[in-house]
Amino acid sequence: MTDVFVARAEEFDGDARLAVEHGPIQILVFRHAGRFYAFENRCAHSGGPVAEGTVLGRVEAVLGPDMTCLGERFSTDELHLVCPWHGWEYDLETGEYAGDRSVRINRFDVVERDGAVYVRA
Amino acid sequence: MTQSDLVREAISGTRPGFDSRQHLANARKQAVERNYADILIVDADAHHYENDSLGEIAKYIEDPVIRHRAQGTDKYGKAQSLSMEYNQNQSVAGRIVRYPKRRQEVGDPGVPRDVSIVRRQMESIGIDYQVQFPTPMLHLGMHPDPQIETALSWAYTRWLTEEILPHDDRIMTLVYLPFTDPDASLRAVETFGSRPGVVGFMVTGARYKAVHDNAYMKVYRAIEERDLPIAFHASSYPHERMFEGMNKFLSAHALGFTFYNMVHLTNCVINGLPERFPSLKWIWMESGLAWIPFMMQRLDNEYSMRTSEAPLLKMKPSEYMRRNFYYTTQPIEDGNLEALELTMRMVNAESQLLFASDYPHWDFNLPSTIYDLPFLSMDAKRNILGENARRIFHLETT
Ligand code: FES
Repeated sequence: MTDVFVARAEEFDGDARLAVEHGPIQILVFRHAGRFYAFENRCAHSGGPVAEGTVLGRVEAVLGPDMTCLGERFSTDELHLVCPWHGWEYDLETGEYAGDRSVRINRFDVVERDGAVYVRA
Repeated sequence: MTQSDLVREAISGTRPGFDSRQHLANARKQAVERNYADILIVDADAHHYENDSLGEIAKYIEDPVIRHRAQGTDKYGKAQSLSMEYNQNQSVAGRIVRYPKRRQEVGDPGVPRDVSIVRRQMESIGIDYQVQFPTPMLHLGMHPDPQIETALSWAYTRWLTEEILPHDDRIMTLVYLPFTDPDASLRAVETFGSRPGVVGFMVTGARYKAVHDNAYMKVYRAIEERDLPIAFHASSYPHERMFEGMNKFLSAHALGFTFYNMVHLTNCVINGLPERFPSLKWIWMESGLAWIPFMMQRLDNEYSMRTSEAPLLKMKPSEYMRRNFYYTTQPIEDGNLEALELTMRMVNAESQLLFASDYPHWDFNLPSTIYDLPFLSMDAKRNILGENARRIFHLETT
């Protein structure tokens, strides 16, 4: 494990996603709701640029006690990173694919030290 | 920024810029890693957005009233007054960003924007030749006014063959036939059949008129005489009575894109069209592959008990389906590789299967969907990725 320098923390402005090349792989780092996330930019489906995708809550169906469907809502607990090629959705915390939890994308820890951001790769 | 803002931003396309090369950078890496430069790759089914060029196309509409109508807008102000309007959600509410962002792509100087964009896509994915089809026009088979399909497809093909294809001989088309009107279809075959870049003819799937109707025989004959294929390109129709209860795009698309081709293929084979036009090559396009074993088993079983209802057949339906019929690969159902391997054996994939990307549509496939299959020989991969298409489309490749 080495800490790979990505950028100064202040460069993560708004929705900025900053890339770092680590050997043959590209890792994208971004901040969402105050936390840093880092993923290899390669989707488990067909290799798409998954780390460039939209982040939004998992869509949940809301059922009544009698099993009627009352509608759908965004989860506030489980956020998804959505691959922009075909829409595969991954759990932002674990990198697991929402359609089959045994499939995942590579997720990396991010450390912030002295105003600099590193991925642990 | 809140979640809904992010979604809204994606939907409205306000995130700055879009470039196919950047969007497909990972596809380019795959092409280099797999050395596609050494393989002929022909994409039998890809799309552009002809609605972006309606102004250019409309000048070729022959009927002055319809041409005038083409200058109007729909109720939202879009230049689509001739189109059918559906409530669709291809982009999964903006999650698939090509949809909201694609209009921001700027072309290169000196060529039409469509040529620039198609070249970028081909070069990124590693495609040598690509067959281009329109997008919203795929729904015209269900237009309540059949004159619209006839008028618009004529204008579209004039524009495509006169203003777009001459820029690059790697970009080709199968001419859209206004199949609701057999006479107009024959005129399209005769007028456009030998134009450069034309490698066959295409009928959109969502339509009701039976493909064995006697009115079509002259069309099939004319296509067979030219030794070119006829393709039935799947499309869906969300207002199909049986689909009206389908509340999700996923559901209506999954069934719709196979349903119409199932109907047309059944009518085609049971009425003996492959016997009547033995040299004609039929391509079943954009329905994936999983439906084919079902059709073979189902039709063979019923035929075995009711041969009197299919008097022109000299062999089982499945045998025509793997001899006279061709299929495109996309959207490939590869969740179960054993099932896919069996399917490929059942359809004689080595000779009958054509790679298709369907790019830039939401469920596109890359060549790696074929190249990476563990059960195919390298020869089989080469055939599916390009050699079968080279033969059927008579490509003079270097
Ligand atoms: S490559 Fe990511 S969803 Fe297909």
